Amino acid sequence: MKMSIAELEEQARVLRRDIITCTTIAGSGHPSSSLSGVEIMAALYFGGIMQFDPGNPHWEDRDRLIMSKGHASPLLYVVLAHAGYFSTDLLPTLRQIESPLEGHPNMSRLPGVEASTGSLGQGLSIGLGHAFAARIENRDFHVFVILGDGEQDEGQIWEAAMTAAHYKLDNVTAIVDHNKAQQTGWVRDVLDYSPLAEKWQAFQWDVQEIDGHDMATVAAALQRAKDTEGRPSCIIAHTVKGKGVSFVEADYGYHGKALTEEEEQRALEELGWRTSSQTQ
Amino acid sequence: MADFVADAIELTMGKATRDAFGAALREAGRTNSDIVVVDGDVNNSTRTEWFAQEFPERFINVGIAESNLVGIGAGLAACGKLPVIASFACFIMCNAYDQLRMSVAFPNLNVKVVGSHAGISIGEDGPSQMAIEDVALALGLPTFSVIVPADEPSTHKAVTAMLEAEGPAYMRVGRPDVPVVYGEDPDVTLGKANELRSGNDVTLIANGIMVAAALEAAHALAADGVQARVLDMHTVRPLDVAAVTRAARETGKIVVAEEHLVQGGLGSVVAMAVAEHAPCAMAFVGVQNTYAESGDPDALLKKYGLTAEHITAKARSLI
Repeated sequence: MKMSIAELEEQARVLRRDIITCTTIAGSGHPSSSLSGVEIMAALYFGGIMQFDPGNPHWEDRDRLIMSKGHASPLLYVVLAHAGYFSTDLLPTLRQIESPLEGHPNMSRLPGVEASTGSLGQGLSIGLGHAFAARIENRDFHVFVILGDGEQDEGQIWEAAMTAAHYKLDNVTAIVDHNKAQQTGWVRDVLDYSPLAEKWQAFQWDVQEIDGHDMATVAAALQRAKDTEGRPSCIIAHTVKGKGVSFVEADYGYHGKALTEEEEQRALEELGWRTSSQTQ
Repeated sequence: MADFVADAIELTMGKATRDAFGAALREAGRTNSDIVVVDGDVNNSTRTEWFAQEFPERFINVGIAESNLVGIGAGLAACGKLPVIASFACFIMCNAYDQLRMSVAFPNLNVKVVGSHAGISIGEDGPSQMAIEDVALALGLPTFSVIVPADEPSTHKAVTAMLEAEGPAYMRVGRPDVPVVYGEDPDVTLGKANELRSGNDVTLIANGIMVAAALEAAHALAADGVQARVLDMHTVRPLDVAAVTRAARETGKIVVAEEHLVQGGLGSVVAMAVAEHAPCAMAFVGVQNTYAESGDPDALLKKYGLTAEHITAKARSLI
């Protein structure tokens, strides 16, 4: 499936609605960390960037998406559901016992989940394993890994960055969802690792720094990354944590908190959904 | 068990278990093209260089970066490859434990983890290089099999068995040459103890280099008229509970010996099985709650209580 930019923007609005709704029903989760990556994920799955087959989730030549920032599981789940890996009816079961939609992604329980994540720093290395397997088997699939910006603190990221460059793994793209906020504060206050783009450049990656909410820009950057030869690609996507919901955007204190039902109504109205009961 | 050589007065020296691992891995590579070896820049120590020399296209040295090493192994396994990831036991188990937990054990991926230079018998390099807690850590990964072979022939067979079995596994191998306790082609079935010596007065359960020490101890005890059964418990998990239960019922006394912290390893899991199925008197030989030091391997084993004499003394204390 390949949507137009206008269709992708509408799809992003649907994804945001479902992220908010399922986390509010669950009463917990990380909606703000999910909202910042919506355009990236929409472009990957619905913009024709990734080749995949929901009816055959283990198709050997599929492109891979690894959500290394596993707390953005609501984003991953709503995308996989709308992509057809499982029914959207499962979304309201998020975080409940017996539901495969666990608090953090569990690849053993849910089709389309390529890696079990939630302990930060590990997804890029796993992605490299997929990339090496592609090289050994002479397959041409691409591996996309979504990293958090707080996750840049983890040393393993940089171990993987060195390795990918040394082995010229041009079938890997790391996307940093650079939403500027982490659990206890703004990234620059917790651990100021700037300049970020220069770091990835120094590690010999092809680096693009983009507006992570401009759909056409995001889609073009992802395609360029996929087509880049000779070195791995990094997209630093400048995003806003809680994007689309004004009172969440302004407050990093919403990290790891579901919206109340009253907040959910305000959020859905801001996104152009009149009320949740009228949209279902 | 016709193929063990326990009745020799003195055991002959064989190669190190790391050598057997390296040779068995290279051999397996010739018939199984799914095997991919990932190294943390110690391939000439772990002996994975022998695989690398023959199959460079299936060998990845990631540098001194154990966390990344484990993650790459997980990704390879998720793609259907058979990754064998190896480094020093202390580095791969301790440095990369969360990666083993989250990237491998939790999703139950078919990654084979091999830790070499385990135990205090590496000698002069000292405590920073000595894994004395690796088995305990591996047991903390619920989906992992845990294997500690004794000598060159049985390690060779155990490597083959590990590669054929499905699921994550940890194997511990050692640096020094060790005595041979098996014949050339021993029967090694994962999860099944090998009875190397029969006896009904006491049972000595050991793995790794302590198997040879247990056989020596059994000979010393025989001189006093005490017939010791010796079990090579090469697989710590899944434990051969039936063999342990039989030993408890038939001999009434068990000494467990391992080159590992006395808490959390083989002794602990055997004690659980005994307590649950056939309580009996037990004693434990292992590294007491301390780190060792640099020194000659034999001198270290003596100082830190890991010799045949220590096993003999523990056995006598139960009789």
